Amino acid sequence: MPKIIVEIMPKQDLLDPQGKAVANALTRMGNKDISGVRIGKRIELHFDREVTDKDLEEAKKQAKEFLSNDVIEDVVAVTVEN
Amino acid sequence: MRIGVITYPGTLDDRDAQRAVRLAGGTPVPLWHADDDLKKVDAVVLPGGFSYGDYLRCGAIAAKAPATKEVIKKAQQGLPVLGICNGFQVLVESHLLPGGLIRNEHQHFICRDQKLRVENNQTAWTNLFEKDEEIIIPLKIGEGGYIATEDTIKMLEEENRVVFRYLELNPNGSMNDIAGLTNERGNVVGLMPHPEHAVEPGFGPDTAVATRSGIDGLKFFQSALKALVNS
Repeated sequence: MPKIIVEIMPKQDLLDPQGKAVANALTRMGNKDISGVRIGKRIELHFDREVTDKDLEEAKKQAKEFLSNDVIEDVVAVTVEN
Repeated sequence: MRIGVITYPGTLDDRDAQRAVRLAGGTPVPLWHADDDLKKVDAVVLPGGFSYGDYLRCGAIAAKAPATKEVIKKAQQGLPVLGICNGFQVLVESHLLPGGLIRNEHQHFICRDQKLRVENNQTAWTNLFEKDEEIIIPLKIGEGGYIATEDTIKMLEEENRVVFRYLELNPNGSMNDIAGLTNERGNVVGLMPHPEHAVEPGFGPDTAVATRSGIDGLKFFQSALKALVNS
């Protein structure tokens, strides 16, 4: 299925409580070499036809304005998988 | 005076907010998220809860609802708007207030009677408080940590736009102990704690005088009514 994939991460300098909790659990399970975990989001936008440049442009706009909040998150990638 | 209260899918405290408006002497008007008709109300409350299940980000989907779009438009023209808890998150996601709200630093949901200091009594929702008055209203929140860029924090402090600050305990890691904010004009106020749960003796926080006698939240709604009469 053709899709646009939007990847979003919490900003580097912000505390990511979810990542911290998972990192603590991994350490408890014996993964001593994992020094940190950060958890972001992958959002897939599905299409019943091929993705166009216009779709990608609109997806990038929505990624910035709606799918992410630039105060707390960064859009790290918007990619097409046709 | 008619004060609208918006209900989104997943809103919890709309009835409490309506009751608070009534007890303050106003007429509550229920508003529906999907309806862009604000029914000519004189002010709007965005109540607490978990609009759209907190999907995507708290308040993010509600910020795009038809009713919210109208609120944004009218707020820019001076309509008094109060956002409580999830309503505060909606105001931030709507860019009516700057910054963002993230999961509590300690990762726990917190529910307590919270002491606050009223830092700015010049807004539409705080004009009946004394400057620096200390009040207690309930707080119940999992994602109430206020964050903003250094420049934004500096601007908020310099322009006296921090309306409420947490006292004695910062419950969620908010920068500068910020519990509530206003916009440049002072008609839009957002805060994490819940004034609508401290409006009637017998149902509010405990005070030194008697258990459950705290009604510090009532003045929020009375302030709005006063601001409307004077406008």
